[in-house]
Amino acid sequence: MKQTNLVIIAVVLIVGAFAIGTFLYTSQQNQSQQGLVKDNADALIKPHSFRTGNPKAKVTIVEFMDPACETCKHFHPFVKDLMSKNRGKVKLVIRYAPFHQGSDYMVAILEAARKQRKFKQVLDLMFETQSTWASHHKPDPQAFWDVLQRNGFDIASLQMDMTDPAIRKVIDQDLADGARLGANKTPTFFVNGKPLPSFGYEQLRDLVNAEVAANY
Amino acid sequence: MNQQRQIINTDWLLIFGCWLMATISTLGSLFFSEVMDLVPCVLCWYQRIFMFPLVIILLVGLFPLDKNVVRYALPIAVIGLLFTVYHCLLFFGFIPENLQPCSQGVSCADDSMVLFGFLPIPLLSLASYIVMITLLLITRNRMQK
Repeated sequence: MKQTNLVIIAVVLIVGAFAIGTFLYTSQQNQSQQGLVKDNADALIKPHSFRTGNPKAKVTIVEFMDPACETCKHFHPFVKDLMSKNRGKVKLVIRYAPFHQGSDYMVAILEAARKQRKFKQVLDLMFETQSTWASHHKPDPQAFWDVLQRNGFDIASLQMDMTDPAIRKVIDQDLADGARLGANKTPTFFVNGKPLPSFGYEQLRDLVNAEVAANY
Repeated sequence: MNQQRQIINTDWLLIFGCWLMATISTLGSLFFSEVMDLVPCVLCWYQRIFMFPLVIILLVGLFPLDKNVVRYALPIAVIGLLFTVYHCLLFFGFIPENLQPCSQGVSCADDSMVLFGFLPIPLLSLASYIVMITLLLITRNRMQK
């Protein structure tokens, strides 16, 4: 046997093992996550969870998200677009997974805004200006308060509403539910209780479209 | 490349074995981090830094066979081994917790570093570095004779 042949055979075998291993591992992970969601279906949506879209929609996206997460920011307009393309058929439930340091403070701002029925505006603004207050993963809430002030929000009343101790309970409940569902990265999506086969825009779009097709 | 150079002899096989070990270890560690989502701790990163280049250096030394590759590969492998030994000592508790360089972020002595419930990743790294250094030393000895 020639030297080159031996090296080529070795490379093919090792890369092949890697590919087979990846396939087996991911399919096993998918299966175990599907089982996890089935066993913990009650953890997907809680009465306190923020929801938007037609309440009677037959397709529900549950998103575990972190305001400081860049990928969540990039998915935000995409999810909105998915919902407007399937108007009335898809609703969105937002759960918190504030994994970044200081993110729970931003969640508290969101919850305060929600009491004032300004959740969506504040969330949009939060993601839009994320690079200013969350640069290098060092949250700088003051920068976001400045943004809110510039946009005409009543800072004092938001700060007042943030002190509600119920907010901490919401965050803890969401973190606990996320852990039960294996949502250890943000964003994590469940569409009608089904996890994405693998992470990505297309996977989310395809799963939503499949559920819409199956339910309407 | 002429036929003569393509013949597989012991010298070539020694370097080839070393390259094989480095390649398996490299892809294995990438499997842990990219497929299994295990986040490499600081010490894992240092071991990777000294493992990944070996794949390339040794492969270059195989075509055509250049036994001098040992001179370049051996120091890299030895430094990698030192990090691995340190990591194993830390993992098995021979170095007390408060001496850990990685108290923040991912722990270097965490349970998540154990595969299938019994195989610690630092031990795999140690075995790999020992195999590679043994093969390189054998090659060096044969050169000196």
